[in-house]
Amino acid sequence: MLLIVASVFLFFMLNLLLGSVAIPLKSVWHILMHTGDEPQVWQNIILKSRVPQALTALVAGAGLAISGLQMQTVFRNPLAGPSVLGISSGASLGVAFVVLLSGSLGGIALSKLGYVGEIALSVAAIAGALSIMALIVYVSQKVKGNVTLLIIGVMIGYVANAIIGVLKYFSVEEDIRAYVIWGLGSFSRVSGDQVILFVILMAVLIPLSFLLIKTMNLMLLGDGYARNLGLNIKRSRLLVITSSGVLVAIVTAYCGPIVFLGLAVPHLCRAIFHTSDHRILMPAVLFAGASLALICNLIARMPGLEGALPVNSVTALVGAPVVASVLFRKRKDDLNE
Amino acid sequence: MSKQTNLHTIQLCSLSIGYAGKKQTKVVAEDINASIHGGELTCLLGANGAGKSTLLRTLSAFQPKLNGQTKVMGKEIGHYTDKELATIIGVVLTDKCDVRNMTVEELVGMGRSPYTGFWGRLRGRDREIVRESISLVRIENLTHRMVHTLSDGERQKVMIAKVLAQETPVIFLDEPTAFLDFPSKVEIMQLLHQLTRQTNKTIFLSTHDMELALQLADKIWLMDKGGGIATGTPEDLSLDGSLSGFFARKGIVFDTEIGLFRIDNQYDAQIRLTGHGQKFAMARKALQRNGILAGRTLESAYYIETGNLQTPGYVFCTPNGTHIPVPTIEALLETVEQYRPQLDTTP
Repeated sequence: MLLIVASVFLFFMLNLLLGSVAIPLKSVWHILMHTGDEPQVWQNIILKSRVPQALTALVAGAGLAISGLQMQTVFRNPLAGPSVLGISSGASLGVAFVVLLSGSLGGIALSKLGYVGEIALSVAAIAGALSIMALIVYVSQKVKGNVTLLIIGVMIGYVANAIIGVLKYFSVEEDIRAYVIWGLGSFSRVSGDQVILFVILMAVLIPLSFLLIKTMNLMLLGDGYARNLGLNIKRSRLLVITSSGVLVAIVTAYCGPIVFLGLAVPHLCRAIFHTSDHRILMPAVLFAGASLALICNLIARMPGLEGALPVNSVTALVGAPVVASVLFRKRKDDLNE
Repeated sequence: MSKQTNLHTIQLCSLSIGYAGKKQTKVVAEDINASIHGGELTCLLGANGAGKSTLLRTLSAFQPKLNGQTKVMGKEIGHYTDKELATIIGVVLTDKCDVRNMTVEELVGMGRSPYTGFWGRLRGRDREIVRESISLVRIENLTHRMVHTLSDGERQKVMIAKVLAQETPVIFLDEPTAFLDFPSKVEIMQLLHQLTRQTNKTIFLSTHDMELALQLADKIWLMDKGGGIATGTPEDLSLDGSLSGFFARKGIVFDTEIGLFRIDNQYDAQIRLTGHGQKFAMARKALQRNGILAGRTLESAYYIETGNLQTPGYVFCTPNGTHIPVPTIEALLETVEQYRPQLDTTP
């Protein structure tokens, strides 16, 4: 566990240190501490670009990983992830409405609006994600089986994507491009002022999700046993889905739909710690998610690369082999037992 | 007086169970009047679809009853809160608890959830109870194993340990012996029987293993499709004909002498059998399974000497005095089969 926490610090620092412009470690330190007299350009790069980006990656990674763990627990399904209930599709839908419709209806391409457009995007994404989530939560109180709920969630996701498809069809090319880029996901989109809001939001929400640890442990046993041990299934489901959904909604609003992290990190942590106990998994997932997101961000804008790779490509390209190898090794252990 | 009500830990008064739908209500069983006593093992028997699971679900408050009363520990079950109920009724369900990466100790520890605090941390007393529960079902050697590496029988014991750790006066088990091999079935049933004696808990389970239930249960509940419920000791139920009437199907007879079921064979031939002890009994059993009535007192031209455990093999004797010795029952059956057309037919 200490190792994971340490790796978060390490990769956070590396995120500040490495980039397309080489800045020595000593200068980075001086800039962070507001001491010394470093060039204005370097100060701008560190404080206005690298620090917000690293913070965003850290917080987003932690949030997505926790959200993924919650979804996997509530559905008792290893394939569940933050995006499984169509909540991130909801965010995409919200963004699609704003980006694509503003061009065709309002006559102005939102992609040209700059700062106002950025806020409009976040608001749209959160609104979209939360309304889909409200729908899911409503359904979760009506249906009994987890599988039914899961299928309905996936269906809602398809419907959202279909609507996005229709919107795209009627949009101008410029807006579609803006939308596609949003869909690739990025930790660098969040600007300095908004990072603070993002970090504060997540710093409040993540601890809240920790309050559900006992509930989630009971959910592992399945509905019948959990209920017999005094758990109110409907209410618990509501709380866990809401907690998970809000985390996804906010992360997606700021970073776009980031896939893979939320699905993979819980598996990684279970394999490393050999436990399903959420009292260990929740903090483990938090730090591992943050660490992995920082690594991905680092790779996405590796020195020597022109610009940055889309985060989504990196998370999957780097993460998939790592997770597969860990699970593979674990499978061998199982057989040896 | 309070002792009197405690004796009946569960009382059902004109209870109807089933599923209330929007348009129509499906009644599975109605007018159930029965009670379950503390310190007794009660087994619920009934054919598939008779409503055993529905009854168990209703009694564990997983689904609402349609009508009537279900009193647990003297109080209507619906009047308990979820939390209270968790300390009164413990269940072992049929659905496999396929949790990965959890040790036996952790899973049994989950049984303490109704008593633990906000984070679910086990205190010293809780750990002690977990240890006791594990040793009551004698699985100390499994304590640190991962649940997903256990066999079905071992897992069932873990779930029983979990329900013991829950410290409820009432325990319901839905077909705890299903999916187990025969020795494990016996072990689980004996374990439950002993637990009722040791812990004075009320244990109520549904099962399809009639023989075991009839031998180990203190009380039997017979549930009939569409009919009511007959309750009593296995012995009383066998004397008053409830058991034989209940499973009156072709090919099954309830042997009132031994109080157990046996399969009724159709015989088309008969043969006299001489000899004693185990070899005699086994030869008889094998012959009867093949539709040949065999016994000491039967009249037949052919006969078989089984001897006893000291004499080797079996001897098949024909009317003209030929003695054919055979080493095993398998060989005996083959020989008998050759002469089958000549054997005496049953009257």
